[in-house]
Amino acid sequence: MSSLSNTIQQVFNEPGCAKNANKSEAERKKGCTKQLQPGGAAGGCAFDGAKIALQPLTDVAHLVHGPIACEGNSWDNRPAKSSGSSVWRTGFTTDINETDVVFGGEKRLFKSIKEIIEKYDPPAIFVYQTCVPAMIGDDINAVCKAAREKFGKPVIPINSPGFVGPKNLGNKLAGEAILEHVIGTEEPEYTTPYDINIIGEYNLSGELWQVKPLLDELGIRVLACISGDGRYKDVASSHRAKAAMMVCSKAMINIARKMEEKYDIPFFEGSFYGIQDSSDSLRELARLLIEKGAPAELMDRTEAVIAREEARAWAAIEPYKKRLTGKKALLITGGVKSWSVVAALQEAGMEMVGTSVKKSTKEDKERIKELMGQDAHMIDDMAPREMYKMLKDAKADIMLSGGKSQFVALKAGVPWLDINQERNHAYMGYVGMVKLVHEIEKALYNPLWSQLRKPAPWDDATKSWQAKAIAQIEAEAAALAADPVAAEAARRSKKICNCKGVDLGTIEDAIKAHSLTTVEGVREHTNASGGCGSCSIRIEEIFEAMQIVPEPVPQMIAAE
Amino acid sequence: MTTPILPAKVRVSKKACAVNPLKMSQPIGGAYAFLGLRGAMPLLHGSQGCTSFGLTLFVRHFKENVPMQTTAMSEVATVLGGYENVEQAIINIFNRQKPEIIGIVSTGVTETKGDDVDGYIKLAREKYPQLANYPLVYVSTPDFKDAFQDGWEKTVAKMVEVLVEKPSNAARRDPSRINVLPGCHLTPGDIEELRTILEDFGLEPSFLPDIGTSLDGHIPEDFSPTTIGGIGVEEIATMGQAGWTIAIGAQMRRAAEAMENKTGVPSRVFERLCGLEPNDELMMFLSEVTGRPVPIKYRRQRGQLADAMLDAHFWLGGRKLAIGAEPDLLYDIASFLHGVGTDITAAVTTTQSPVLERLPTEEVLIGDLEDLETFSRERGCDLLITHAHGRQMAERLNVPFYRCGFPIFDRLGPGHQLSIGYRGSRDLVFDIANLLIEDHEKNRQPNPETWRHGFDSLKGARPASGISH
Repeated sequence: MSSLSNTIQQVFNEPGCAKNANKSEAERKKGCTKQLQPGGAAGGCAFDGAKIALQPLTDVAHLVHGPIACEGNSWDNRPAKSSGSSVWRTGFTTDINETDVVFGGEKRLFKSIKEIIEKYDPPAIFVYQTCVPAMIGDDINAVCKAAREKFGKPVIPINSPGFVGPKNLGNKLAGEAILEHVIGTEEPEYTTPYDINIIGEYNLSGELWQVKPLLDELGIRVLACISGDGRYKDVASSHRAKAAMMVCSKAMINIARKMEEKYDIPFFEGSFYGIQDSSDSLRELARLLIEKGAPAELMDRTEAVIAREEARAWAAIEPYKKRLTGKKALLITGGVKSWSVVAALQEAGMEMVGTSVKKSTKEDKERIKELMGQDAHMIDDMAPREMYKMLKDAKADIMLSGGKSQFVALKAGVPWLDINQERNHAYMGYVGMVKLVHEIEKALYNPLWSQLRKPAPWDDATKSWQAKAIAQIEAEAAALAADPVAAEAARRSKKICNCKGVDLGTIEDAIKAHSLTTVEGVREHTNASGGCGSCSIRIEEIFEAMQIVPEPVPQMIAAE
Repeated sequence: MTTPILPAKVRVSKKACAVNPLKMSQPIGGAYAFLGLRGAMPLLHGSQGCTSFGLTLFVRHFKENVPMQTTAMSEVATVLGGYENVEQAIINIFNRQKPEIIGIVSTGVTETKGDDVDGYIKLAREKYPQLANYPLVYVSTPDFKDAFQDGWEKTVAKMVEVLVEKPSNAARRDPSRINVLPGCHLTPGDIEELRTILEDFGLEPSFLPDIGTSLDGHIPEDFSPTTIGGIGVEEIATMGQAGWTIAIGAQMRRAAEAMENKTGVPSRVFERLCGLEPNDELMMFLSEVTGRPVPIKYRRQRGQLADAMLDAHFWLGGRKLAIGAEPDLLYDIASFLHGVGTDITAAVTTTQSPVLERLPTEEVLIGDLEDLETFSRERGCDLLITHAHGRQMAERLNVPFYRCGFPIFDRLGPGHQLSIGYRGSRDLVFDIANLLIEDHEKNRQPNPETWRHGFDSLKGARPASGISH
């Protein structure tokens, strides 16, 4: 397993990630992932993360080496879309049995590869390692190598067994595998000055195709998308792109950065969620391509497309303004951290609650991005009762979120819209934004909600769960108000750093005891902000509340 | 019938690679059983992925938030042993979610390591006095063996062993109480149907487990981090006082025997509850043990079923069925359809079972959906029944597709789909026949060219396979 641990260490040492660069050596080694508590709710495992990242590659046979659970319980569960092959959606697994566990599963794996090639003849096979074969010492690298030699086909080992870490780590390990075994192994049929890679976009519900027509119109060719609607050969030839766009999720930053290093492919981090972001991304793509030699007129044409699409989008949103003005949306998003979604909804007349959002400077933009991201974490840990109270206090007319939080909203009879990555609607680009506005309006005005909020005729409204929840929380608040000692303890126990489990009281004490003025200092003494680092903003707020002027967090030279 | 029933050949696929798996793993079958206990928290002992995948499956199928936890085994823990993980998980869950019972199942990782979880539980109980008498049930369910159905039935048998109390000699049996051990193929809707039938005979049923009240998708009274319904631990304890135990599906035989051995309550296994004869059997049994005549309602429902079968046989007769399902579900549904003239042309299942050879067909394969697709193509099947994963295949073959089993994640309300009782069988046969009618209207309309080639146009028409029942 030592080469896997080396790979993991490499992944943890990522200069392209500002948070990572901020860490001490020791902290970096521990990785950026939340420590999972036994008995804590389960997120996906590293195998899950690796498969999610790579499975959209449409013509690849994705073979899972493990017992039935890994593939059998999970296949065909993401709405990525393909414009070509459907091999990627086929579930392949060695379904190892007791005999394989005792005597080793390598033979079975080799035979499986053979069967797949005979029956499906895909351009490549990816072999995913899982926990049990890893434990019994099945060497998938060796089997893949032997298969490559025997069958003359790329057979790529993806070493990301579940128990090495969470989904996020798996995304990165998948990236490392692609970098090591796939990228640069083939040549494209031709190249153009307008070739780009899109990294970290999975074409869920076909959303990539909401943007692609604009790229086509501009003559910008997506040489490879990793991995939405991707083709093996394209990824193998992706080292010939001129520029790259990394879609807003740090998951694949290792791919983007290493391709920049090795193949001189400059990249930027951007998104196509929201009108402003879409325009910024198109502009940045054009700028990078021109830097790499594309004719300067590309920018003129790009600006023309941007102007046209923006005008169309705002015009399409205009008729909804009347129906949406003054409506409050509670926006809790983990995957889609986009200020410009917020901005566009505000333009449509909506009010965002829960985050104090105003049109503002770049700094505020970053701040809100961070806040919204953090809110998602907090939601995970929040008890449903608290979430319900938040919803009620916010007087939200609609909740936009993903995952588990939907059940609270729906149960409360509050309109809810799925903006998580697993949603079934595509909301990318200019048309996607208009669609989102349309869906929000549909949800808001459905007569269903008022019916649901009325209690059953035999239920006592004062005894409803809503009333109970509020009563309970108010009772707790009153008890605290009456007991200042308990209230102070409760205030101090608020979790600031979710990754390392550091509460407000600990941080305040450390600041006072050591006269701290920097986030660095807080980290040294309390370990807060030593994980993913997204709580650094909250630590700054603590300084402000204590009226200490903090020294600014040093700006890293990450690709922005 | 005097024609002998030929035993069907049961074959195991010899492929190295499973393609488009039909099977799901034991551990989540076990977790599913725990979801039928009130205030329960199922806990999977393994990597977090095992729980996460299971959670996703249940949430997608039932469109409900489902409680499920993990011991979060890391790579290091799998080497050193998971005692701390198990202990921590139990204590964390005990403190935070305060369930009435924690049900623990193992996974491939922890079975390969060989964690002695029963031993861990003992240690934890000694270390933490608050756990001394706390309900904790552990079942061994390695996922490199067996399948979903097996995990369920093993878990129910373990529940009986651990949670049902041996009645004292003085305890009187209560003939109005009846124990029901349902197989995992019964939906919450089926459970409710069976409950109604039993109550209509004046009986008070205890379902072990009872997913009918925990996974029926009702909006609950209050937020609960554990199951929002299900059978309570205190009720399970008294199941030894019932007059009878009935088990639904051959898979539940072990659990029924465990109940009988522990408590002396006599048991009866009903392998099938779909169709005329199996329900006639149930009705007569209930009538006998309660001394009551079969209620008018069910006599009418029987007539309705017979009528539905009549209406449907025009469509189902001679139809070539390709079915992929776990053994008890397969046996029940396929036998019923055979009874209205459908030919069981291709049958694929997930695990061994004594019922398989009694299926009125030539061969049953323990295999995957690729096998089913291959057979379908070769043998000209024109009706597909399996869980939602059959959708890609249905599209490729362009055949009518009835979703049945677990998981069904791309349609609403699978928890309320019925297949048992006269009424459930009636609705089932109507739904399938209607699919065939729709398919006929969309895809098989005649035109002037349909019989252009005379007798060659009849290619594919063959007499039925001749296997009688």
